[in-house]
Amino acid sequence: MIRAWDAAARALRAPGRRRKAGFVLQRLLSLAPLLIALSHPIAAIAQDSTLVVAPLLSPPTGLRVGDSPDDNGHGVLARWSVAPDDAELLVYEIWRGPSPTAPDSVWFQVGSAPRGSEHFVYFDEDASAQGQPNPAFVASGEPIHLRVRGRSGDGRLTAWSGAATGVGKGNWFHRGKTNILVAVLLFGGAVAWFINSARRGKELYIRPIPGLGAVDEAIGRATEMGTPILYVLGTGTAGDVATIAGYTILSRVARRTAEYQTPILVPVNDPVMLAMGQEVVKEAYTQAGRPEVYRADNISYVSAMQFPYVAAVNGIMRREKPATCFYMGIFHAESLLLAETGSGTGAIQISGTDQVSQIPFFVAATDYTLIGEELYAASAYLSRAPAQLGPLKAQDYAKLAIILIIIAGILALTLAHWDGILRLVRTPV
Amino acid sequence: MKKQIPILIVFVTGLIMVLQFFVPHAASEFLFTYANDFVIVIGILALPLGIFSLMRGTVIKARKDPRERFYAIVTIVGFLVMAIANFRRDSGPDSLAQNLFSYVMIPCQATIFSMLAFYIASAAYRAFRVRTWLATVLLVTAFIVMLRIVPLPEPFSSWNSSLVQWILAVPNMASKRAIIIGVGLGAISYSMKIILGIERGYMGGDK
Repeated sequence: MIRAWDAAARALRAPGRRRKAGFVLQRLLSLAPLLIALSHPIAAIAQDSTLVVAPLLSPPTGLRVGDSPDDNGHGVLARWSVAPDDAELLVYEIWRGPSPTAPDSVWFQVGSAPRGSEHFVYFDEDASAQGQPNPAFVASGEPIHLRVRGRSGDGRLTAWSGAATGVGKGNWFHRGKTNILVAVLLFGGAVAWFINSARRGKELYIRPIPGLGAVDEAIGRATEMGTPILYVLGTGTAGDVATIAGYTILSRVARRTAEYQTPILVPVNDPVMLAMGQEVVKEAYTQAGRPEVYRADNISYVSAMQFPYVAAVNGIMRREKPATCFYMGIFHAESLLLAETGSGTGAIQISGTDQVSQIPFFVAATDYTLIGEELYAASAYLSRAPAQLGPLKAQDYAKLAIILIIIAGILALTLAHWDGILRLVRTPV
Repeated sequence: MKKQIPILIVFVTGLIMVLQFFVPHAASEFLFTYANDFVIVIGILALPLGIFSLMRGTVIKARKDPRERFYAIVTIVGFLVMAIANFRRDSGPDSLAQNLFSYVMIPCQATIFSMLAFYIASAAYRAFRVRTWLATVLLVTAFIVMLRIVPLPEPFSSWNSSLVQWILAVPNMASKRAIIIGVGLGAISYSMKIILGIERGYMGGDK
């Protein structure tokens, strides 16, 4: 081999022989597989273009394939015992074939697991890939044939494990969410307990919330000044909990404005929210005994896009000069644009959102802010109905429980190096 | 009956969606996807309602209020031009609709967004006025945090950077997480009230 390389080098160096260089190199390239084989005494070229090790290492054993738990049926779980030569391996390769006895050429790799692993979840729920049938797709209820082999860092392979067959099935309960289910049941039980307590006449204390206490004052101010009230529901959708909470407060504000015959303007950014808003305000006016004062045009759709919506609402503020502005719902970058414009018009402003990143802007620019959960507490706070107060009290006790779990977790990790509590509260991704 | 039937629908669908969260089966996934698709369909079906509301309000303004007339006409013309431009089948990068979007709509939106810089300055001025000791704490903290982007000489730069990291990672993060936990519990509690029919304000009232 050294002589062959020397011949090639001489052919390239000698001026008179340059024309022969291509021929020599061509011969050398044709001998490349043989040269590689000679330089790796234990290797030979395999049919599947990988270097097969001879002799093969010992294979992983006891391969079993079964349903993968907690999934939609498009996954199987392969388990095996590590190969005796596990320490020499880099990975285990998991291959799939059409049947256990199918020839090697039709098997294809579907995954790999690092050495020391004894299981692999093979999951693929895409029936097609790039418009073509996906051969790796795991069809629910159909047998999946797998086999495993190990590969070392230098390309040596183990023998194949025996092939095993399993079937993926859809599961009806996600065991990883058991902790969430337990927490929801406990919380639901606490809600029921406190509703019952409140209905039996037990006094439930709720701390004062200045933002909600100022609602009547703000409506009264608009009435005295003879200017409308602006109610902004944010840029969320009708399905967001914060938006629904915004509608609940709108209902109470609209009832008051109906009593005082003060116009209320509700520009919205979503047609579904428009229909809901019109229905809520109309119902509130009817309940207040003033259905004739209701004007459907006051609840209007302006734009579904964020900044056109801001431009429209700011325009309303500048032209109508509302004495009071409410911002209740989900807000993004528009929070400060709206609140500062309202501040510039001299309006008294009450805001509420569950968007943590926008709360500082509202705190800085509006007179009263409902921070996070206070937005959800509004209906209970304003109505004082026992059924409304019960969940609020349960919420307080849930917070206490979370604080205790956090303290217990800190102590367990710091003093005993025990992370059991972390596992208890962990949720699946 | 006007209230009972919607409350029953909310209870049944709410309960199904809660159970769906715990069920990984393909049927459960299909239900979730189907329900979400239905929300999109409802949104599209409601769009004519929104367009009608917008046009009706704008036309009324154009006819009755001279102060609003110019802006109302701009809105109507803008709506019609954009709608007609989008009726054309060519939707490539050089189409009229795309050009209107790229060279009219986006600059207008960027202009509105850029106003945020001025509003932040005016809001910060009000927030940082030293009226109470809490406002003083806020002012001092904000000053320290903002100082991080000023090229201070060493070792002040390193000290300030460490202090800012601590402020953001400990007191700031603790308060944010407290709010997030409160919001999470509040949302669960509120959802339960809606599903159980205790909360009916979103339907216009309690009665």
